[in-house]
Amino acid sequence: MVETKVDTQQDTSIKSGPVGVAESEMESGAKVPPVLAAYNITKEFNIPTPGLQREYIAAVDQVTVALQSKPAKIVSLVGESGSGKTTLARIMLGLTPPTRGVITYNGKPVKELTKAERFDYRRNVQPIFQDPFAIYNPFYRIDRVLDITIKNFKLASSKSEALELKREALQAVDLQPRDVIGRYPHQLSGGQCQRVMLARTFLLRPKVIIADEPVSMIDVAVRTLFLNNLLDFRDKYDISCLFITHHLATAYYMGGPMLVLCFGRVVESGNIDQLLANPSHPYTEQLLAAIPSPDPTARWTERANIKITERPLVRDFNKCVYVERCPYAMDICRQQRPPDYQVGDDHYAACFRHQGKPERVVEVPA
Amino acid sequence: MYQHVDSGERLIDIRDLRVWYRTTRGPAKAVDGVNLTINRNEVFGLAGESGCGKSTLAKGILGVIKLPGYFEGGEVDFCRKKSDSTLICEDLLKMSREQVRRMRWRDMAYIPQSAMNVLSPVARIDKQMLDGIFEHTNWSKEKARARMYECMDLVGLDKAVARMYPHELSGGMKQRVAIAAAITLTPDLIIADEPTTALDVNVQQVILQELKEIREKLKLTLIYVTHDMAVHAEMADRMGIMYAGVLMEVAPVVDTFHDPYHPYTEGLISSIPSIGGGRERMMGIPGRAPSPLEYPSGCRFHPRCPKVMAICSEEMPTLKQVGPERYVACHLHDEYTFEERANGGD
Repeated sequence: MVETKVDTQQDTSIKSGPVGVAESEMESGAKVPPVLAAYNITKEFNIPTPGLQREYIAAVDQVTVALQSKPAKIVSLVGESGSGKTTLARIMLGLTPPTRGVITYNGKPVKELTKAERFDYRRNVQPIFQDPFAIYNPFYRIDRVLDITIKNFKLASSKSEALELKREALQAVDLQPRDVIGRYPHQLSGGQCQRVMLARTFLLRPKVIIADEPVSMIDVAVRTLFLNNLLDFRDKYDISCLFITHHLATAYYMGGPMLVLCFGRVVESGNIDQLLANPSHPYTEQLLAAIPSPDPTARWTERANIKITERPLVRDFNKCVYVERCPYAMDICRQQRPPDYQVGDDHYAACFRHQGKPERVVEVPA
Repeated sequence: MYQHVDSGERLIDIRDLRVWYRTTRGPAKAVDGVNLTINRNEVFGLAGESGCGKSTLAKGILGVIKLPGYFEGGEVDFCRKKSDSTLICEDLLKMSREQVRRMRWRDMAYIPQSAMNVLSPVARIDKQMLDGIFEHTNWSKEKARARMYECMDLVGLDKAVARMYPHELSGGMKQRVAIAAAITLTPDLIIADEPTTALDVNVQQVILQELKEIREKLKLTLIYVTHDMAVHAEMADRMGIMYAGVLMEVAPVVDTFHDPYHPYTEGLISSIPSIGGGRERMMGIPGRAPSPLEYPSGCRFHPRCPKVMAICSEEMPTLKQVGPERYVACHLHDEYTFEERANGGD
């Protein structure tokens, strides 16, 4: 088992509870702000409509997530396409400004960082993108990304030192330096390319890696190697990760806290073991049931009972996002936005079926 | 539950099929000597890493190989049942292009990976579906239209969809249109090449279940190509594991998952994450799949194989029968001889 520890320190502070998956704070009593946190992030895009009136779609709708550095955790963000996973990743990386909400780095809003702090933020929050081939310029050798990183962050003072750093980084992701150095991107497999990207982040020893669907374009057989690298980074080097995926089983393998996104909102969050053992939002239930199990003796017995619907373009913010597909839909679901109800230790679900349980209100730092 | 399919009748017999691509650096041997029998009324799952030749094999069966791809050799026998239930087997590669073209859609249909790529963006759905029917039959307009609605109903599409354009439909709906179009002429064989890879997991479930129901209802044979082993576990009756242009193992799906013979199959199975149970560290298969331009000598998997032996780099193992319904190409099973070779496997 990689991780079974469940943080229960947050039980006492349900109202105005802390952020994200509720385990991002407090170490031996002292409050340590999470390295990177997003509080009540909303990102709206306007959509083309006839006439003069502007209409908005909330790609990300009041999402709160936090990544701490000690102990490092891999926070999984799961959702189907169009649920706002990538938008959230771009906001956390500082590539897109949020419409509302605050991103903090070491407890300080990113907007207010000084130049030096901003450099530090850029260095300590590193991305891994989905397409391992799109990142490389096919005309340059693949280790150029490593060279540039070493140069820009002045990691080495001589060529031999730089080479040594590169070797070390490649070995950290279980690649043979001789297989990689001097090669071109097309000579490597997708899995290898993606791990070179990981080696690049390793050069900087960031505190946080934002990995946006890093394995969806890699072959199954080599996918695990990449995932194991991320686990090693967490255990050996205290590197946290926001692991974005659409694949629940992969998220389960990574362990740690998980957030389930549905049409931009976090519908359920909590420790992944608890969450999958006891899914408390109908969307999670349905997602879990839809995963084909890799065992031919345990096939689906029930027919899926969902309508294939398009994402509603303009949404009524005062109702549950899942109400159109929900088998348990009640009147209240169409009238109010469900708050996060605490359904277990460190486990929240935004569903009115849990009415009466303690509600969670996110406390945004001043 | 898994049901064993009687291998009594064969539909397709592939012998030593080679489909190569011309490149400036010599031929890329995407499919390089595949021997395979597909039985009537079964779901055959074809699995393998990207670039192993599984899509080329699927296209080779359909005969839609375009230059620079070409057939280097081999036979693809397609067996049709006559009304007096005798089988007539013809080699697709020996037929003229026109003959094969007429067979396509009527006898064998194709469901592509992304339906967006097969549907024309400027024509309504009904026009595109009817085109296929008129091309291959001399049905009246009314009959064709009735059949179209019937098929759309089978995949759960509303009649109104017929008058829509592809951009008005979601990915899952487009994929249903592609399935409906494929079954209009009740072909014997449907080849589905990664039909749900681009879809969300809950839409995938709906599509897979529909595909399965339709197949059972219409008694079709389905060749399902995907790299997703979990989907195979859900769908397939038998499975073929492809690697570097050749089949490494062919076995019933339960045996593939619970008792794989080939080290490559073992590696594939052990790299599928599943929910629940202990969170053990998975192994995966280190290294990369070889380039189809130059395969390693001997067994093509030997540079990555955890159980590699001296003979593996020298001699290429052939796909041989090692049990009822079980075929494997691996030197680990060299000594094993299967006595009952009555049903003609090699």
